[in-house]
Amino acid sequence: MADQAKFADLAMEHMSSLYSGAMRMTRNPADAEDLVQETYLKAYRGFGGFEEGTNLKAWLYRILTNTYINTYRAKQRRPDETDLDEIEDLYLYRRLGGLEAARTGRSAEDELMDLFTEAEVKDAVEKLPENFRMAVLLADVEGFSYKEIAEIMNIPIGTVMSRLHRGRKQLEKLLYDFAVSHRLAEPVADPAP
Amino acid sequence: MAPEPTPLKAQCDEALHEIYHLLSGELDNAKRQQIAVHLDECAPCAEPYDFYAELRRCVQQRCQDQAPPELLARIKAALNHEPHA
Repeated sequence: MADQAKFADLAMEHMSSLYSGAMRMTRNPADAEDLVQETYLKAYRGFGGFEEGTNLKAWLYRILTNTYINTYRAKQRRPDETDLDEIEDLYLYRRLGGLEAARTGRSAEDELMDLFTEAEVKDAVEKLPENFRMAVLLADVEGFSYKEIAEIMNIPIGTVMSRLHRGRKQLEKLLYDFAVSHRLAEPVADPAP
Repeated sequence: MAPEPTPLKAQCDEALHEIYHLLSGELDNAKRQQIAVHLDECAPCAEPYDFYAELRRCVQQRCQDQAPPELLARIKAALNHEPHA
C-alpha cells in the first residue's frame, strides 16, 4: 500500500505528460488544466490502492482517461467511424518517403521534423476520432505497451490493436494532407506499390 | 535436411506488416531478430522502417506541452486541502 505523504514526490513529475495528453483530448488549455487537477485529486484520494513498484504513470493515465470519458466526452462528441478502410499500408511512406532527402541531398534524419510543425502534428492528432486518438497518444506519444493501454482504457488488447491500426493510418492521411497543403508534396492518385 | 528458407517476398510482406509493432516494442525476441536480419539484407524494407521510426519520433516530440507553472501551484494547494489519511 502506497503512502499518501509520498504522493506529491512521486506523482508530480508526470504532470507535463498528463497535461500534454489532456490537451490532445480536451483540445483547450482550461479544460486540460481542470482535467489534470481532477486527476491528481482522485489519484491522491485513491493512492492507497496504488501498488508500489507498478507503473505510476500508467496508473495516473488510467485515472485521467476515466475522468475524461466521464466528464468531458459528453460535451464534445464526434462521430467515431469515418471511412478509414481505404487507407492502405505504408500510406505516408509511399507518398513522402525519400522526398526531402531526394530534393535537398541531406540525410533522412529529421526530415519529417522539418516537414511538419508542432501545431500541425498536434492538430492532426486532435482530429483523430476520440477512441483512436487516445490509443495513438498512449502508444506513440507516451510509449505505453499494448497491454498497459488495454488496462488504461479498460478494453481488450485486440481492441487496442485495431484502434491503433486505424488511428495510425488516419494520422498518416491527416499529416499527408498538411504536406500537400504546403505544396511540399504533389497529390498522388495511385502511387506505385 | 535444413528447412526451406522463407521466400524473400514473404519475408518482406511480414517485415512490412510488423513495422508499427516492432517500433512499439511489441514483438517477441525471435520475431524481432528475424526481422532485424531481414532488414540488414533488404534495403527496400529498411527504408520504410527508418521512415516510420522517424515519424514516431516526430509525433512524439511534437506532441509535448509544458504544463503551466500555475497548474502545479493550484494542484499543490488543492492537495493541501485534502484530509490526510
